[in-house]
Amino acid sequence: MRGAPYLLAAPLWLVLGGFLLVPMAAIVVVSFFDYDSVRLIPDVVLTNYADVLLSPVTWLTYLNTLKYTALVWVLTVAVGVPVALFLAFCVQSAMLQSVLFLVCTVPFLTSNVIRMISWVPFLGREGLFNGALMGAGLIDRPLDVLLFSDFAVVLAFVHLYALFMVVPVFNTMVRIDRRLIEAAVDAGAGPLAVLREVILPLSKPGIAIGSVFIITLVMGDFTTVRLMGGGQRASVGLMISNQIALLQYPAACANAVVLLLLVLLMITALLRVVDIRREL
Amino acid sequence: MITGLGRWLLGGFFALFVLFLYGPTLTIVVLSFQGPEGGLTFPMRGVSTAWFTRLFQQQAVGDLGTAFIRSLILAAMVMAATAVVSVAAAVAFRRRFHGAGALFTLTVASLIVPGVLVSLGVGLLFNLLGWDAAWWNSAFGAQLTWTLPFGLLIMFAVFNRFDRAWEEAARDLGASPGQVFRQVVLPIIAPGVVGIALFGFSLSYDEFARTMLTAGSTNTLPLEIVGMTTNVTSPVLYALGSVTTGVSLLAITAAMLTMRVLRRRVKPDAGAL
Repeated sequence: MRGAPYLLAAPLWLVLGGFLLVPMAAIVVVSFFDYDSVRLIPDVVLTNYADVLLSPVTWLTYLNTLKYTALVWVLTVAVGVPVALFLAFCVQSAMLQSVLFLVCTVPFLTSNVIRMISWVPFLGREGLFNGALMGAGLIDRPLDVLLFSDFAVVLAFVHLYALFMVVPVFNTMVRIDRRLIEAAVDAGAGPLAVLREVILPLSKPGIAIGSVFIITLVMGDFTTVRLMGGGQRASVGLMISNQIALLQYPAACANAVVLLLLVLLMITALLRVVDIRREL
Repeated sequence: MITGLGRWLLGGFFALFVLFLYGPTLTIVVLSFQGPEGGLTFPMRGVSTAWFTRLFQQQAVGDLGTAFIRSLILAAMVMAATAVVSVAAAVAFRRRFHGAGALFTLTVASLIVPGVLVSLGVGLLFNLLGWDAAWWNSAFGAQLTWTLPFGLLIMFAVFNRFDRAWEEAARDLGASPGQVFRQVVLPIIAPGVVGIALFGFSLSYDEFARTMLTAGSTNTLPLEIVGMTTNVTSPVLYALGSVTTGVSLLAITAAMLTMRVLRRRVKPDAGAL
């Protein structure tokens, strides 16, 4: 029986070792390889990193990706906190609470690509938004910037990933001891003071977990930027996938290593602020 | 509790959020019944099922039927593996063992490594080893790195609420470890296991990033759909969206019903409440 935990944990070790650890090691190794138009040349060269770090285009792409991440983060917090507040503090019946929570999670279990495509009838040249704006006499020509723009990319990100903020924030909020809120009210705090002084500080770990998801999902994304940006917008993930398509594996790997380090750095910084372990 | 004006404002915001979540999808479901002359946007030019018919006939853009079957089989494989591996690992984590901390860190890392990097790494590894990447080996493994962390974390939550007294009672009555697991633990955690199975199925069925470089020469349904977005500009795309969203909803409903049945079985008096 002493060996049982090892036996039971072995499949998880095997899958994560074989499909995460070793592949990441392969990426690091290949990032030092040389290459020409047809093959990989095993070697230890720093040219791939030099190409990534010394090219202004790459810097702009990284900056653009960080811009998306910052915008989407601010917006998902702005959307996620009120939604979680409503679910946690305004819905009294436990039954209704779980039904509404389920309503929020179902879209997460359907196709992201289809959810992106579903913005076309709204944002297209002849879409509902342009129609409404022209109908109201605000514009006389359809706006082209709705679809295939930064606006469309950020909108789709918020649409796809707001859930990743709502769920962890809700989970921390329902666990807040109600007596703390009563105490604050008894001490004379108004609703906004309760929110600012009690609920939000205690919800920080949930916001941090949500932020980890948002950072990872947006920093590594390439489909949303490709589909919603219409090939006009750049992101690191898209750059990596383009390099892969051109079979420039070592270049893609060097980019991948830089991206991974950047993501890990951001997440470490975040975890310094909030102790996530206590929440699990 | 929030009452009064704040409650109404938050309620209104929540309603808008739900509209924001579901509105676009409902719109394409409506537009997929566009008349044969209709386009990608409103107005509707008549109502028909022409685009669905065309979806099932059309072979010009890839092979949707085969990709769909392939995606379903892959999703079923990922579902089964996610359920078995997560439950086994979660049971292991209930006791101390060497490397538990490292394994937990690796699991969380698996959640935060961007999907495109998993795709690149696994594709590259198969390439370096000279193995053929295919949907049933490399894509299967790459998808598990995304579903297993969710599975394990959900199982942790399930076991946190698990009362060890039931197990001890069974052991005192002379049950073997196998019997304790099969007859006491498993029935109690079963709804949670169905939950992870649903996660495994859905995440695999819709996954694009982790499959992109690991599916070899054959396509899964999400890969076909992304391919279609660049060269199909008719409501066929919406019809496909409606069908695939329908499959996801079917899976969710099936899982919910199964959970209900399983919960009733554990607490026979729950039905009376």
